[in-house]
Amino acid sequence: MGDHSHGSPQESGTVAKAQDGSLDKIQDPGLPPHRARLTDTDPRAAKRAERQVAILFAISMIGTVLFFVGYFAVGHPESIAEIRLQNMLLGVGTAFAMLGIGVGIVHWARTLMPDHEIAESRHEVRTEEDRQDAEAIINTIVDESGINRRPLIRNTLIGALALAPLPGVFILRDLDLTKESAGQIVDRLRHTMWDKGVRLTRDPSGTPIKASDVQIGSAFHVIPDGLNDTEDPLNEKAKAVVLLMRLDPEDLSVSPEREDWHYNGIVAYSKICTHVGCPVALYEQHTHHLLCPCHQSTFDLTQECKVIFGPAAHALPQLPITVDDEGFLVAQSDFHEPVGPGYWERG
Amino acid sequence: MKALSQKRRHPLAAVALLLMGLLVTGGLYAAASSVNEAQAASAYSASDVEEGDKLFLANCATCHGMNAEGTEAGPSLIGVGAASVDFQVGTGRMPMQMQGPQAQVKPVQFDDDQIRQLSAYVASLGAGPAVPEAEYLDTTLGNSGKGGEIFRVNCAMCHNAAAAGGALTRGKFAPSLEGVDEKHIYEAMVIGPQNMPVFNDSNISPEDKRDVITFLKEIEAQGSPGGAKLGSLGPVSEGLFVWTAGLGIIIAFTIWLTSRPS
Repeated sequence: MGDHSHGSPQESGTVAKAQDGSLDKIQDPGLPPHRARLTDTDPRAAKRAERQVAILFAISMIGTVLFFVGYFAVGHPESIAEIRLQNMLLGVGTAFAMLGIGVGIVHWARTLMPDHEIAESRHEVRTEEDRQDAEAIINTIVDESGINRRPLIRNTLIGALALAPLPGVFILRDLDLTKESAGQIVDRLRHTMWDKGVRLTRDPSGTPIKASDVQIGSAFHVIPDGLNDTEDPLNEKAKAVVLLMRLDPEDLSVSPEREDWHYNGIVAYSKICTHVGCPVALYEQHTHHLLCPCHQSTFDLTQECKVIFGPAAHALPQLPITVDDEGFLVAQSDFHEPVGPGYWERG
Repeated sequence: MKALSQKRRHPLAAVALLLMGLLVTGGLYAAASSVNEAQAASAYSASDVEEGDKLFLANCATCHGMNAEGTEAGPSLIGVGAASVDFQVGTGRMPMQMQGPQAQVKPVQFDDDQIRQLSAYVASLGAGPAVPEAEYLDTTLGNSGKGGEIFRVNCAMCHNAAAAGGALTRGKFAPSLEGVDEKHIYEAMVIGPQNMPVFNDSNISPEDKRDVITFLKEIEAQGSPGGAKLGSLGPVSEGLFVWTAGLGIIIAFTIWLTSRPS
């Protein structure tokens, strides 16, 4: 082929230089000839296709019946085997109910509905006419819907549309930090249930932990004492969960201001990942790595839970602990920094 | 008489005899092995320790040192207790085939007697967790609901909520707990093998450990509550399935929708 030049819209088609150098237009081949389908020419094939579509719709009906067999006949499953049977009936039933209709309609359209070929020619963009066309379409819609003739429907629709977004706005109102209450919200993020003298207790039983119970290499999942009696235990727990581990004190490199935060190598760290707040609970006993299961942030316990891998931005907050006179582990104070992921006011 | 002799030549007579023989030997073997197990829990004799010492020198001393004091290649075994040996050797993790991220399960190399002798020898070196009593392994006495709660708080983060196992860092992993012997599950909690933290009896009491084992055995026996589990690995395997099989089906449908009917 020679070199191409752009064809104008009126002279569509590829323009190529012929042998003698004059421009030659390739003839527009037009649409290929219409090929009749087997079902158009052979009445038996059409009959067969009709039967197939009917069978597909019948399969859909059977699927719906299966769903209700699962729902009512199995009823309230007692054993896992019954749950399995019910789930299978519900799932398979719904699948066949939907697929039967879908596949049936497509098969019907492909084989039995008329298959005219329609070609719409391209035309240049005509702003004025296109706008008129669009207006005409809109006017048709307005006219046919009768929205102007039926003000009751129009006004109730406007009312419904105006009210519908309100729940979303209401639920997310706490994101507006310009109000007075913003300070309280930040306060809620900043403080947990831990305080001076609060005992460390086992999750979920809430039994206190003696320092002598904690063996080197062990990990305890900890909640503050009295958490299960609070008004909103889950919200409190989401901030206050702690992982307690004991390692050889020689393995710990402690910064000067945290000298007395651990007790004989027993350390307590917030279990809330500083990335997006998943529970960091995978503790490797020998490498002393704490691992977050969601995005693989890794914290090094020997270096005060510094981030050594992954998306977390800062170290896990450490809970200063000591023992009370009965030998139970207690917190010295709340965390010295907010737990969990960062936020604007974290500072 | 004639009828009897004819019956005896029935083509299925041989099969029936074979089945009966298998049942009898199998029953005897089961009875004998349970007797052995009962013995294993009893105290070790001096000869056990002696035999264990010999086995240790031949099979373990290369890495753990002549007196189990530990070397560059392996940790000291003084004070790890009989439970450690019973777990590591009983699951085939030890003797280790090669140094790697962690010891892998492989066919067990010693018989029950030898494992008992090795345990006796290591237990004689220093006090440590003992092999659990049978009563704490009896899942008929456990409460699987409570066990499930303990499992979800303490174990599920590494071993997966359905106990299917999961990945850790640098090639280490938490193994699947399916098909693991009750005794070995208990011992693993007590000793914290490899990188698993220790869950001593003051953290999870022996009864609670039994509840956890009961829960694990129950979900194993129950199987999936619906459909294919895809390994119970959660979004990893399910996502892969949806992206390949699910999108494949959608693509197949689009091809079918847009093709010309014949």
